[in-house]
Amino acid sequence: MSVRSVFPQLEQLLPRVSKPIQYVGGELGAVVKDWDATTVRWALMYPDAYEVGLPNQGVQILYEVLNEQDDVLAERTYAVWPDLEALMKEHGVPQFTVDAHRPVKAFDVLGLSFATELGYTNMLSALELAGIPLDSADRGDDDPIVLAGGHASFNPEPIADFIDAAVLGDGEEAVLEITGIIREWKAEGRPGGRDELLLRLARTESIYVPRFYDVDYLADGRIQRVVPNRPDVPFRVAKRTTMDLDAWPYPKKPLVPLAETVHERYAVEIFRGCTRGCRFCQAGMITRPVRERSITTVGQMIKEGLEFSGFSEVGLLSLSSADHSEIGDMCSGLAEQYEGTNVSLSLPSTRVDAFNIDLAQELSKNGRRTGLTFAPEGGSERIRKVINKMVTEEDLLRTVVTAYSNGWRQVKLYFMCGLPTETDDDVLQIGRMAHEVIKAGRIAAGTKDIRCTVSIGGFVPKPHTPFQWAPMERPEVIDARLQLLKQEINSDRSLGRAIGYRYHDGEPSLIEGLLSRGDRRVGAVIRRVWEKGGRFDGWSEHFSYARWVEACAEVLPQFGVDLDWFTTREREQAEVLPWDHLDSGLDKDWLWQDWQDSKSEYEQDDCRWTPCFDCGVCPSMDTEIQIGPTGKKLLPLTPVNNLRVPA
Amino acid sequence: MAKNQPVGGQAPIVQRIRLRYAKRGPLRFTSHRDFARAFERALRRGAVPIAFSQGFTPHPKISYASAAPTGVGSEAEYLEIGLQREVDPEQLRLALDAALSPGLDILDAVVAGAGSLADRIDASRWLLELPGVDPADAAAAVKAFTDLDEVLVERMTKQGRRSFDARQAVTSIDVTEQSAIPSEADGAPCAIIDLVVRQVTPAVRPDDVLSGLRVAAGLEPPVPPRVTRLAQGTLTAQGEIIDPLDADRDPALPV
Repeated sequence: MSVRSVFPQLEQLLPRVSKPIQYVGGELGAVVKDWDATTVRWALMYPDAYEVGLPNQGVQILYEVLNEQDDVLAERTYAVWPDLEALMKEHGVPQFTVDAHRPVKAFDVLGLSFATELGYTNMLSALELAGIPLDSADRGDDDPIVLAGGHASFNPEPIADFIDAAVLGDGEEAVLEITGIIREWKAEGRPGGRDELLLRLARTESIYVPRFYDVDYLADGRIQRVVPNRPDVPFRVAKRTTMDLDAWPYPKKPLVPLAETVHERYAVEIFRGCTRGCRFCQAGMITRPVRERSITTVGQMIKEGLEFSGFSEVGLLSLSSADHSEIGDMCSGLAEQYEGTNVSLSLPSTRVDAFNIDLAQELSKNGRRTGLTFAPEGGSERIRKVINKMVTEEDLLRTVVTAYSNGWRQVKLYFMCGLPTETDDDVLQIGRMAHEVIKAGRIAAGTKDIRCTVSIGGFVPKPHTPFQWAPMERPEVIDARLQLLKQEINSDRSLGRAIGYRYHDGEPSLIEGLLSRGDRRVGAVIRRVWEKGGRFDGWSEHFSYARWVEACAEVLPQFGVDLDWFTTREREQAEVLPWDHLDSGLDKDWLWQDWQDSKSEYEQDDCRWTPCFDCGVCPSMDTEIQIGPTGKKLLPLTPVNNLRVPA
Repeated sequence: MAKNQPVGGQAPIVQRIRLRYAKRGPLRFTSHRDFARAFERALRRGAVPIAFSQGFTPHPKISYASAAPTGVGSEAEYLEIGLQREVDPEQLRLALDAALSPGLDILDAVVAGAGSLADRIDASRWLLELPGVDPADAAAAVKAFTDLDEVLVERMTKQGRRSFDARQAVTSIDVTEQSAIPSEADGAPCAIIDLVVRQVTPAVRPDDVLSGLRVAAGLEPPVPPRVTRLAQGTLTAQGEIIDPLDADRDPALPV
């Protein structure tokens, strides 16, 4: 049965919405296949606006990996803005893919990538527009398997009612294995329907199917236990780890949008994982071990990626790029290769280290200087020990002085507010530190004309981190501290004028905290917020704290819990956490010990340079650290002298 | 600021090439800014030896003639680029066309002669398709419009709501004969209007003329009309529009 494009109906609505180009597709790198010539069909969704979702690496990688299979078709869909959502409802146009404008309901799988929990309400909008029942339990054999991935899927319990399955960890191999299972099940004539298919997925022991697990609660609201309700479904579901990134050099053909998006660059992941051990960082905990892509693969990917896309910017991405074992040769090699080409190279520099400035110096050979950002994360020496961000004030001052004396006029410093054990003084130290930075910078630069921007994010405790037990601070306390800091920064007018101050209010963080560490009962809150019109919760102009608080007050009392119970309450060691049956490889006892170490301000070193500290990941996941150096160098590129006709 | 300028300049321009391009089908929703970004990437994909401006943030040397509004298709958009090395215009056209998404199509390329592109463009021909509008009703509205000397319409501009005449800039407006053929599968009628508008200030765009038809005769298309620019150039006394690239192809022609 072939599936018709909804574009003729959609086309009538496009002149009436803002930025219609985002719904049209037609990107370079987009793939449109014959529906009937394929057997397994994926709709991949990034549940946010196109301008944010299109550049997402995860979706681009899976899109390419899937479409390389002859009998597999993968298309993309994004959250539509409220103006188009209203028109689609009025005119009966369903949620569609941007590639061939096919209705999402017609696909075998709707795969959602949740980089953040704030996309949950957008998933519900998409399901409703698609005509797919919101509840997994109400779906029939003709509905797609709704599959969650991305970092938020390490605790998918708040969306357990709405999804059919979740994959934890790296997706490259997982999507092919799932495709294989669906292919086989279809070839056999779909025995046992949807239930059998989900059971086959669950039996892989690395795909989580929430409906096959029952959650029992204690009288005080805590979880008693989570147990499988079917035979041969595993007690714990393990994360995926893709080893040997050189064997998976994606994206090869990056999507190049016509619409303006948040990142217009060729992004190459130079390594995956991080063992710096920052205790607040979920990404660093759940993506272990470190797996580097070699200098030669990175060089080759950039060369081909730029030729294919025509991008003029390259981002060398990872959780801490300066830590790559070949980063020096990589930066100088690339700077030489692209000198005089108007291609700009950037390194998201987050480590406070003068070495970062040498790298930035190399990369800006072309004359284009990207900004320098450092992330001390905590204002006081004490709080930095609590979060295991091993940076001293001298390190920071030496680093920014190097930057200012090398010609940079502006540096950005990133901090968090609301960290465990934090006091007003820890936050006020940020102001004192910024003053010292400007004072030292003015001497180093020999001019008063330098600036420093202090940017503050709200801390949100995340599952699978040592802070998973930590209480959140109340929003009014956070907001008061941020005001005190503002006064501290401006207490010296001359220095204060040179310091920019950006921060987020405490309220959105509290809701993110609810969604991060929530259990299945939080699903009712998400549904209620969405029914009240909640959409695009990651956007300050759409987010409504009052709506979330109201919804919590309406639906949580029936369970004997409330918003505070999920957010500002400290958990005890014995408590069963909603994600305990989901295995990130981290040993729960190790995490607890690291949480205790945090409170006693004990620092933990990086296992790439010191002996293994037994976090548990490598032995339980059968993985190992993969780092260089390979000893290879990048060779000069031959200049192109003829026009090139791209394929 | 001067001391911050990078040392070493960009290569000079040795050749200028003028291009005609189309915005077709779904890609008519590309805005001018979207097209400009896509075109710059196409220059890099095609390894075109584009010249750059001097300074800290060098920009490729590209200048655009008046661009069709977002959502309007076009068979006749124009731009000029400066190159640091001579190339064959047809090879350039092929390379750029292959480097752009299908639907953004490079149709013609010539080496620029004397005079500016802008000086050769003073009018546009537009095709207006009005699904669900009976051709007879369209013809009546067009007659009512042309019978008037002035038709005031309103549009939101950057300066706020403005009222201006949409009639005087229209040099010809006709309901074409092929209108009788139903365009939709369900056999609903579709009126087709051929329109020539002079470039004036403030600009009169096809949607202003459609507003004019509503003001003059109450014509209200049930679905958004589909508009395509067919030609841009110099309007002759006979009402023809001369392709602005013709003068570059044959310098004997009057500029």
